[in-house]
Amino acid sequence: MKKIALVGMPNTGKSTLFNRLTGGTARVANWPGLTVDITTGKILLGSFMVHVADLPGIYDLEGGAEDERLAHAFLAETDLDAVVLVLNAMQLDRQLALALQLKALGVSLVVLLNMADEARAAGIRIDLEGLSAELACPVYAVCAKHGEGMPEFNKRLAAYLRDSRPHRVDFSGLTANADWHAAEADLFARFVSRPPTLPAGPTEKLDRWVLHPLAGLPIFIVMMFCLFQLTYAIGSPLQDGLEYLLGTVKSAVLAPLAQNWPGFLSGFLVDGVFDGVTTVLTFAPIIFLFFSLMAVIEDSGYFSRAAFMMDGLMSRIGLDGRGFVMLMMGFGCNVPALMGTRVIRDYKARLLTMLIIPFSLCSARLQIFLFLSGALFSPTRAPWVLLSLYLASIAIAMGSALVFRKHFPSREPFALELPPYRLPVAGHVWNRGWGETREFLKLASTMIVTGVALVWVLTHYPSEQASLAGIIADFFQPVLSPIGIQAELSIALLFGFVAKEIVLGALSVIVGHEGADLATHLANTLDGVSAYSFMLFTLIYIPCVSAIATVRKESKSLTFTSFSVLWSLSVAWVVSFVFYQGARALGF
Amino acid sequence: MKCMPTLADLSLHQLARICNLRVNAELGQRLVALGLRPDREIMVIRRGWFAGPLQVRVGATEFMLRHDAAHLIDVEILHS
Ligand SMILES: Nc1nc2c(ncn2[C@@H]2O[C@H](COP(=O)(O)OP(=O)(O)O)[C@@H](O)[C@H]2O)c(=O)[nH]1
Repeated sequence: MKKIALVGMPNTGKSTLFNRLTGGTARVANWPGLTVDITTGKILLGSFMVHVADLPGIYDLEGGAEDERLAHAFLAETDLDAVVLVLNAMQLDRQLALALQLKALGVSLVVLLNMADEARAAGIRIDLEGLSAELACPVYAVCAKHGEGMPEFNKRLAAYLRDSRPHRVDFSGLTANADWHAAEADLFARFVSRPPTLPAGPTEKLDRWVLHPLAGLPIFIVMMFCLFQLTYAIGSPLQDGLEYLLGTVKSAVLAPLAQNWPGFLSGFLVDGVFDGVTTVLTFAPIIFLFFSLMAVIEDSGYFSRAAFMMDGLMSRIGLDGRGFVMLMMGFGCNVPALMGTRVIRDYKARLLTMLIIPFSLCSARLQIFLFLSGALFSPTRAPWVLLSLYLASIAIAMGSALVFRKHFPSREPFALELPPYRLPVAGHVWNRGWGETREFLKLASTMIVTGVALVWVLTHYPSEQASLAGIIADFFQPVLSPIGIQAELSIALLFGFVAKEIVLGALSVIVGHEGADLATHLANTLDGVSAYSFMLFTLIYIPCVSAIATVRKESKSLTFTSFSVLWSLSVAWVVSFVFYQGARALGF
Repeated sequence: MKCMPTLADLSLHQLARICNLRVNAELGQRLVALGLRPDREIMVIRRGWFAGPLQVRVGATEFMLRHDAAHLIDVEILHS
């Protein structure tokens, strides 16, 4: 078994190359610093099984950020047959030094110039043979995105590995990257030719609008709104269809089958588990759409622009533009966004970012809000209700940072690349959408079903009239009734602690209806004000067990984690209280 | 010694040569990795609203950095 590692600066296309090589599904994004873990895969190259590792991006070999240290340690501790250094062919003027620096350590290097398509379009010509002779290692140009040059590269790599000897990188002889700048400039001058002026490309033209001081922000809001509208518009009919299908299964297959079962069992399986699963399953299309659209935005390079636009504002609340992007990633799921804070080097700045991410409205919470706003508000109003929740989510996150910025002073270096806009690849978008849906279904089949089943037991034991759930709900009533949350919903909240995905399933079990019937039931028992208060509370009170565990893991501090949880709980209660009592006082 | 303009003083799309970086080591390392090094040519493309960052171009790389950092980068204006 041979081993190779992919190394390179952030955003040079390492993950794309990894997927191309291994057929894997590493996450691709046009945003520097996304790969924070080491992804591995296996391929058959020639007659060898080759183990491929995709390392986090490094700017040089001296960097001290966590992801850079991770890459460092891997290179120092793993016997590698080759290190594949991925460089952006467009930016050799500043990336070749990394090759020289590695070469000086005696690493057996294969240099891959990626983004050959962009270089060609920009009129850049590279003398591969000359470069290869000078660096004394193979140099190839490929386009990992479209696979151009890849079969050739695979063949050459296989040949290279045939007589390679595994070795570790010995960092004891490390030279400073700066020592190589003169040599880099020399190589660049000799082997790369570039037209004197680059014509204004599409990126420049687009940026004129997207980053416009006045138009930029409205464009951003419109884009976000379209993202949700589109998810909603395409997702709802799919959801209805799925619900109809599962309803038919229940009435035509399951109900007759369960007729002769003991009452407890049929109640538990048909009205408990099956109804819960149905409610949860119908969200698969929404998840798929949301993450596919998110992947499109991520892959386009828009996130860096968002960071640029929001940095002025974010710097005033003690964060930087990236914090805003993490919040947006948190719209998908808080957990990867929390892990993404690793690109922030300053510990305090990282903590402050981690404090606010749990407030971003993740897709699991979105399900609840989609359902409730659909059930309680008219179709023209529902999107506005959703938008207001997103704005509340952003406002509370930023407000928290503002309150605590003094306690988390940061000395964070802030310089972020603005890569050119890139067209997303259908394959990646699909991988992302389907990958997330699959994770969701996995979760649904274990945790959610268990949770829903537990709810059924709690609400039906010892008897439906005096159940355990009722006792728990009564216990919380003094705290929750001032914010307009009644018994039925408070149990659902309790389960939302575990995962927001359970909330709807739990609700359907508690009230004994699912899908459209659940919506009608809620519309009859709740009014707009209490529903909105419930949604506000759900949005803020706590993300879920996995997010809390991630905060704990990433911050390495139990004190900070407890503080973060307490803070969200108190904010949630106060915000809902002010909203609910205020709205009632105004006569709504 | 003559008084040098800094990156923050440049008007948009004005070509300049980088002379000296007076930023702290950590930021300096990142900037250098992005290509912002003495003797290279640099241009400010855009300034963000709300006193946001500067968008600059060095070679074929575009990136953003903040005003306070730009004040610490001495440049020499090139008249072409
Ligand atoms: N034009 C072009 N874009 C590419 C190529 N390879 C990757 N990309 C894009 O470059 C961006 C960064 O890729 P990614 O694999 O996430 O880079 P990583 O951060 O180094 O892992 C993504 O938007 C990719 O779609 C290529 O060969 N040509």
